[in-house]
Amino acid sequence: MTRDEIEGKVRDVLAEALCIDEDEVVPTATLTGDLGAESIDFLDIVFRLEQAFALKIQQGELFPDNLQQDPQYVRDGCLTEHGLAALRERLPHAEIERIEDDPRLARVGEVFTVRAIVNFVERKLGAVA
Amino acid sequence: MRWLWIDRILSLEPGVRLTACKAVSLSEPHLHEHFPALAAEGALPVVPAPLIIEGMAQAGGLLVGHARGFKDDVVLAKVRKADLAFDVLPGATLHFEAILTAIDDAGASVRGLVRVHDPAWQGPQDLGTIELMFAHIEPRRDSILAAEAFRTLISASVHAGGAGVAGMVL
Repeated sequence: MTRDEIEGKVRDVLAEALCIDEDEVVPTATLTGDLGAESIDFLDIVFRLEQAFALKIQQGELFPDNLQQDPQYVRDGCLTEHGLAALRERLPHAEIERIEDDPRLARVGEVFTVRAIVNFVERKLGAVA
Repeated sequence: MRWLWIDRILSLEPGVRLTACKAVSLSEPHLHEHFPALAAEGALPVVPAPLIIEGMAQAGGLLVGHARGFKDDVVLAKVRKADLAFDVLPGATLHFEAILTAIDDAGASVRGLVRVHDPAWQGPQDLGTIELMFAHIEPRRDSILAAEAFRTLISASVHAGGAGVAGMVL
């Protein structure tokens, strides 16, 4: 499957999960800030991606799982260097560079763009193949 | 859930599907408000669509809860879709068929089909589809109330001979 094909299916998944127009689902759009995703929508997106691409996605694989509760990774409401490094390692598809200069916890959602989801699926399908 | 909006579990295939039914009675007070008579027209008592969704949520919630041994509370978190084609009147029976489409530690998704059996018709008619998301959360204090209601529902359903319901223990 080409990246364009993956992007098309991801666009369908996100438009359906978030009840938005496909035109809004551009690569740089962030799921929470631009597309209005709420917490339950992340699980919905995971289930829909699993179905659309015949994948099994483990909890914490696409979106972070309890990372923010670890004091080693979060201090004074900001991700530490360890926290940023852990995000980069665990979520290589996410756009961590978007928050490196201002790693407040409230900004973590910004690393999940439409392009990040496409990156994730592309990596996952590559691993399966 | 502190109140039951389904009358009986008709069948259970663990982790796959659950069917349940709800008889609609004109003695339900909300039907007299939905919709009352106006000056020019008589009353039109029809089941509010959110209560049809609630019935599917209870059927789906039981299916999801049973699939994980009722170790978590299961709460309705999102109505993905609700597409209902016509009004349902007192005297009819709603049939909810909940099918589990995905489940993990965080939650589950269910696709539901609603059919209506109305004594005025030759046979059942498809009312529409409802797709729901559920979240798994830590059991709460008021879960005990829900458990009692569920036990009553399960007991009644076992007595009625619901297929696969006998093994459903809270």
